[in-house]
Amino acid sequence: MITVEFLGPIGLDNMNFEANTLAELSNILKSKVPEVSAWLSNSAVAVNDTIVKSLDIELKNGDRVSLLPPVCGG
Amino acid sequence: MQKLKIFDGPLDVEAIFALWHESVRDKNFGAFITFVGIVRDEDSIDGLSFDIYEPILHSWFDGWQEKANKQNALVLMAHSIGDVPLHKSSYVAAVVSPKRKEALALINDFVEDFKASAPIWKYDLRSGGRVYAKSRSTTLAGAGLLA
Repeated sequence: MITVEFLGPIGLDNMNFEANTLAELSNILKSKVPEVSAWLSNSAVAVNDTIVKSLDIELKNGDRVSLLPPVCGG
Repeated sequence: MQKLKIFDGPLDVEAIFALWHESVRDKNFGAFITFVGIVRDEDSIDGLSFDIYEPILHSWFDGWQEKANKQNALVLMAHSIGDVPLHKSSYVAAVVSPKRKEALALINDFVEDFKASAPIWKYDLRSGGRVYAKSRSTTLAGAGLLA
């Protein structure tokens, strides 16, 4: 089981899924959480608070995946 | 002194600068360069509001501290979460360094990268609600991985 958190303006509560890779998680989010689909193309992804750039990353039980939409500090 | 500090609501700029200055002034730095962001009255907004994802903000900031330390400099920063009214400040940053030229270059790079990379989300305050400042936001490097 992994936990997905939707940061900032995405505005959804955390959700738990069974997924072994980010590629699997991508498919799950597209089919099960249609309201997040518009955010997938502009959100960066962190696994356990480290931003990642590859879909091949394996996910372990208890991992936390965060979606980070476009930012504007200051 | 905490080099990165998050505050609820608007920043007390004078108090933050006084603390920073007091902490560094006897450490033999020759230059202390500050930046203050002030909320502007534009597009009929009532103010700004912010969300921050602190774990990644801290690791981003620690990376800059390491870079600054290699030049014998320090970076300092404070930011607001929640609502900040017009003409108040939500963001201050500083570089303390042995020499002026390095500090000026570093504060420019630090503030630029802050805009592009810090995990902070901005909202306009309008009619008591928060409206995500989407058109002014920057997509983070690596975005779209799950698309």
